[in-house]
Amino acid sequence: MPQMKFLAATLALCAAASVHAADIKVGIALDISGPFSALGAEARDGFELAIEKLGGKLGGQPAEFLRTDFGGSPEQANQLVARYLQREKIDFFTGPIGSNAALAVGPALFAARVPYLSSNPGPSVYAGDKCNPYFFAQYQNDTYDEAAGKVANEKGYKNVVLIAPNYPAGKDHLNGFKRLYKGAVKDEIYTKLGQIDYAPEIAQIRAAKPDAVFFFLPGAMGINFVKQFVGGGLKDVPLIAPGFSADEDVIQAVGEPMLGVLNTAHWTHDLDVPANAEFVAAFRQKYDGRYPSVYAAMAYDTLMAMDAAVRDVGGSVGDREAVLKALKNPSFKSVRGDFTYGVNNYPVQNYYLREVGKDADGRLTNKLVGITLENHQDAYVGACRM
Amino acid sequence: MDAIFVFEQLLNGLGYGLMLFLIAAGLTLVFGIMDTMNLAHGSLYMAGAYVAARVHEASASFALAVLAAVLVTVAVAALLEVLVIRRLYRRDHLVQVLATFGIILIADDAVKAIWGVAPLMASTPAALAGPVQLAEGLPYPSYRLLLIAAGLLVALGLYLLVNKTRIGMLVRAGASNRQMAEFMGVRVGTVFAFVFALGAGLAALAGALMAPISSVQIGMGEAILIPALVVIVIGGIGSIRGAFVAALLVGLVDTAGRAFLPLALRAVLPPSVAADLGPALAGIAMYVLMAAVLTLKPAGLFPARA
Repeated sequence: MPQMKFLAATLALCAAASVHAADIKVGIALDISGPFSALGAEARDGFELAIEKLGGKLGGQPAEFLRTDFGGSPEQANQLVARYLQREKIDFFTGPIGSNAALAVGPALFAARVPYLSSNPGPSVYAGDKCNPYFFAQYQNDTYDEAAGKVANEKGYKNVVLIAPNYPAGKDHLNGFKRLYKGAVKDEIYTKLGQIDYAPEIAQIRAAKPDAVFFFLPGAMGINFVKQFVGGGLKDVPLIAPGFSADEDVIQAVGEPMLGVLNTAHWTHDLDVPANAEFVAAFRQKYDGRYPSVYAAMAYDTLMAMDAAVRDVGGSVGDREAVLKALKNPSFKSVRGDFTYGVNNYPVQNYYLREVGKDADGRLTNKLVGITLENHQDAYVGACRM
Repeated sequence: MDAIFVFEQLLNGLGYGLMLFLIAAGLTLVFGIMDTMNLAHGSLYMAGAYVAARVHEASASFALAVLAAVLVTVAVAALLEVLVIRRLYRRDHLVQVLATFGIILIADDAVKAIWGVAPLMASTPAALAGPVQLAEGLPYPSYRLLLIAAGLLVALGLYLLVNKTRIGMLVRAGASNRQMAEFMGVRVGTVFAFVFALGAGLAALAGALMAPISSVQIGMGEAILIPALVVIVIGGIGSIRGAFVAALLVGLVDTAGRAFLPLALRAVLPPSVAADLGPALAGIAMYVLMAAVLTLKPAGLFPARA
């Protein structure tokens, strides 16, 4: 009766698994393939480093870190989260790079009372009237652009041209820039999503003769744009971007033309914070001297936040009220320095200006210039009733 | 908007069109002559770009990089032809689409395994990094002038090859009536292998030339495949001349749409409506062109098959 044997073995395995279920489970949805794969790989490296540092534990308790690729698609993210919730009974969730995936999986997680610590996206929806006690953000999407708008004011740029892809996030980012920018917007250019050739837009920019150009063109679009912008003889026109459009992945792909690009973020790898110095050194040692990007830093920080929360509640993660309270008052040392959460669980924190330059070895990388916005809070918090 | 701006945009359209031509030429040959839908053509373009970027970085010679890209890609394509494509010639288009789509997925994963997920850096050759002063107030990227020159040279070379040589005659014979060509004793298998390798070489050349001004990354082949398909449909499947004319048309219409439509709309509509409508209309300009051409000439501008 081989079937019976098989069944018995299966049962035994299940029993073993259920004994194991006492571990704290973290569901990590990764963008290893799909539109955000380059950023997803950065996040994965950050998670791996954190898991290594924590010795595979959370708050000293045995933990299991489930890592699954969902290909950047919101539908697949939904299926994965359903599996995490029903079969694995996870205690924490994190991982997706895109705002669309974050918005797709939120409702199921909130209904199951599983804290979702975002390791990247900070959609405006969860910051305003749909804010939720189970969602914790790293930053609100628009805040990077608000900081960039302030940079443009400080640099004395009287008129700028803005360029972004023609989709909702593109418009949000340009509106974020305009929120704090006081000069004139000479032109607002919206391009096709995934555009390859930017020659017509660059000719338009040249004709407009702006003091500076603000661009939000994630991934390949930004790489194409900057290469062609500099090749087109506009290298004397300063470029400003939110940190996503000028992070380590873009810098390494574009090369020299990136020199001097101003960009804003809530973290930089040369930020003078002990926890950050430790993180950057460990990251560079593990990954061939490469500088971490903000995605790796946030992934690392997310697991550190979970670790601290589990320690603060003494390992009883079943007590969700206590876990939320511990998460809201973080006791860990963040790589971005000190920060607090606003009513909507979005951070009140500093935003920094970075400039692409060269390190001591001649390697192109982002360098910290200074603080642009101090203890800045997002623009949507007023609509949150929590 | 002055004359220089218009001229610059025309030049941009010409450059974009010629780049599309390099890709579409190979695609239209393979589809027109072998009656085989090769969606993996974009993957060959990607292979060319990756090899060129890597060799350029290692050897610091752009010419060598382009040569290596073409040779390596042609070798890969020859292997692909023997292993997969050869078995698809007599199958229907759906099977071909499925199989070559599978090749895209494998190619993307292979590139990921060899070079990683992060986009590669492909620098512009140092001598061509800056702009050239074409006229007063018109600095133009010198690298784009090289692209235009290369595109025109390839077009001329293909014209001579197809119209003035023996192999070109066989290719034309195969495109206009394959069965008759076979009856007349043309070794179709050899012609097919040659055509496939030629198409791959052109795709690799396009990839290598585009690498310095675009993002060398996984999926770049799929992004370029769609406008290339539009080009071969407008031009008439199997026709090199059609691909050339259609590529220039698509390049000019697409560029003009993006450059002038938003400006024109802003003159007649309220700014908020123009800002929404302009990019949307510009994005579909090339498809409107395709629809218009197909309405008037259902087989494309220069149908290869009478």
